[in-house]
Amino acid sequence: MAAPKPKLAVWKFASCDGCQLTLLNCEDELLDVAARLVIADFREASRAVVKGPYDLSLVEGSITTAKDAERIREIRTASKLLVTIGACATAGGIQALRNVKDVNEFISLVYASPAYIDTLATSTAIADHVRVDFELRGCPIDRAQLIEVIGAVLQGRRPRTPSHSVCVECKRAGTVCVMVAHGTPCLGPVTHAGCGALCPTYSRGCYGCFGPMETPNTKSLSRGWSRLGASEADLARVFRTFNADAEAFRREADAHER
Amino acid sequence: MSVRTIKVDSLARVEGEGALAVTIKDGAVTDVTLDIFEPPRFFEALLRGRRFDEAPDITSRICGICPVAYQMSAAHAMEDACGVTVDGQLRALRRLIYCGEWIESHTLHVYMLHAPDFLGYASGIEMAKDHPAIVERGLQLKKVGNDIIALLGGRSVHPINARLGGFFKAPTKAALAPLAERLRWARDAALETVHWAATLPIPDFERDYEFVALSHPDEYPFNEGRLMSNRGLDIAPREYDDHFVETQVPHSNALHSTIRGRGAYLVGPLARYSLNFDRLSPVAQDAARRAGLGLVCRNPFQSIVVRSVEILHACDEALRIIERYEPPELPAVDVSPRAGVGYAITEAPRGILYHRYRIDEQGTILDAKIVPPTSQNQKIIEEDLRGVVEANLRMSKERLTWRCEQAVRNYDPCISCATHFLTLRINET
Repeated sequence: MAAPKPKLAVWKFASCDGCQLTLLNCEDELLDVAARLVIADFREASRAVVKGPYDLSLVEGSITTAKDAERIREIRTASKLLVTIGACATAGGIQALRNVKDVNEFISLVYASPAYIDTLATSTAIADHVRVDFELRGCPIDRAQLIEVIGAVLQGRRPRTPSHSVCVECKRAGTVCVMVAHGTPCLGPVTHAGCGALCPTYSRGCYGCFGPMETPNTKSLSRGWSRLGASEADLARVFRTFNADAEAFRREADAHER
Repeated sequence: MSVRTIKVDSLARVEGEGALAVTIKDGAVTDVTLDIFEPPRFFEALLRGRRFDEAPDITSRICGICPVAYQMSAAHAMEDACGVTVDGQLRALRRLIYCGEWIESHTLHVYMLHAPDFLGYASGIEMAKDHPAIVERGLQLKKVGNDIIALLGGRSVHPINARLGGFFKAPTKAALAPLAERLRWARDAALETVHWAATLPIPDFERDYEFVALSHPDEYPFNEGRLMSNRGLDIAPREYDDHFVETQVPHSNALHSTIRGRGAYLVGPLARYSLNFDRLSPVAQDAARRAGLGLVCRNPFQSIVVRSVEILHACDEALRIIERYEPPELPAVDVSPRAGVGYAITEAPRGILYHRYRIDEQGTILDAKIVPPTSQNQKIIEEDLRGVVEANLRMSKERLTWRCEQAVRNYDPCISCATHFLTLRINET
């Protein structure tokens, strides 16, 4: 008898749906992947639900409510492997900008009756709440990297996703350095690879949507930005976007706040 | 008193998280609520203090399915504040990337999210086991949409190439040529999609809606036009706040939107189609007629056919743009900040998306208001559900529940957008 197919679940917390959509965007691979797995729980795609436990849980989104903090613990208990997909799940996402502000002021700016709104003061990464087996970076994640992660799990090996900087991707692609050649400020030297150095390919500086690489020298890069005319306020701002709560970016942003 | 409870805890095949409750007492619907429990992310608040040119990238993160819509509304609103107009080939390229998003988003909904309801499958993937060629056509059509966005924008989710004033880099004529080849296939596939959607068993159900959509004298609307309705609304985007009100309801993290003095209104494909039929491309008009659609469509279950017609139009329009394309001299026009307020409405796949920003002379955002299509459709969805349940009280609990889910999916609701939604719960007593 053939071994039972592994069970996949896709979970959503505070997020834009873009990273789970990336799975549906694997137009050439989707039906093949679906044939090798039992899609046990993927609400964006199916009304059918198969009970846990799950071999692989993909988790999108950050924790912003007390209820969600509880839900992620239940999902962890029911999952053999838990992989976070994207900047929200891995670093709190753009909504983590609230972590440096007063959330009650945020609520009252958007909603007339703040009492109806249940939210925590912070938006935090999944790893702040439960053990995470693997983190896939990006805002959004890269499609090829997602297929690599699912393939690796099916084969029982570690996913191969490089941890170097976007700079290395530019060099490999032969893309001219936008910072050196055009004086365009770029976060590529400190940003985790995975996008294929998209922004420089389009004559734009990297804006750090994959979050910090391993051991980034953000301080040195900030000096480079200053020489190109960036103000302290600019530096605090550029490190506070989609991965604002990733430690290396948070520290660098704090250092430039007046 | 008769007591029946129909309950579903999480509505699927929608973007985001929500629930829905219908209360039936002695055979009459007494209460319908669409609960949106997707946690709020406070975009309007976190935009305060950011720079004006960051708005397209930040607001695109409201929605991974329609990021281009957010980038377009944000860019147009900031350009309005700064007194800049983007025209010529740059304007055409914006329409082209928007065509890509309509094709990608609509095809995902038609094939993977909505059609399974008509044919009795839990998902598009399940449907593919019995109808492999149909689902494969859908996936390849969706891919063409994503490829347009990826070519112009760098990637299909949260593209990186759009900016205030245009693009960071404009494509060469040669880069667009292979896309034209794919679009000729896609146009045929879209035409087959319209014919196939028309064969689906569509429930009889009509309501007299107030349709609200952009309307442009010469074009089916994407980025520009006046905001019109079939009940006499005819305003510029900057007059939006004078005519529409957003109110908060206890059961939802999304604000409800109504037209002052009149109430609920419908945005999205049905509204665009019914107000702009004669500006669809001739091939799309012809396909709509052959699919049995009138000049106005009041059956929300037929939205799957209307979306298919819009996919066809978008393929045709994209081809037209590529055929006439000449690279612009510069990829963007300069947008310098000045103190002021900017307004824009563009047609996201699910309907009108309103952005308003107030900025200072340095370009710092002082306040922001964003009204996504799904929050505008919430009230109409609740009214439709009431109608659907009242018309089908004798249906089995299981079938009625599914029909209600289908009625919600008629709107392709994007709950991630609306909270800046869905579990189904029918309580019968």
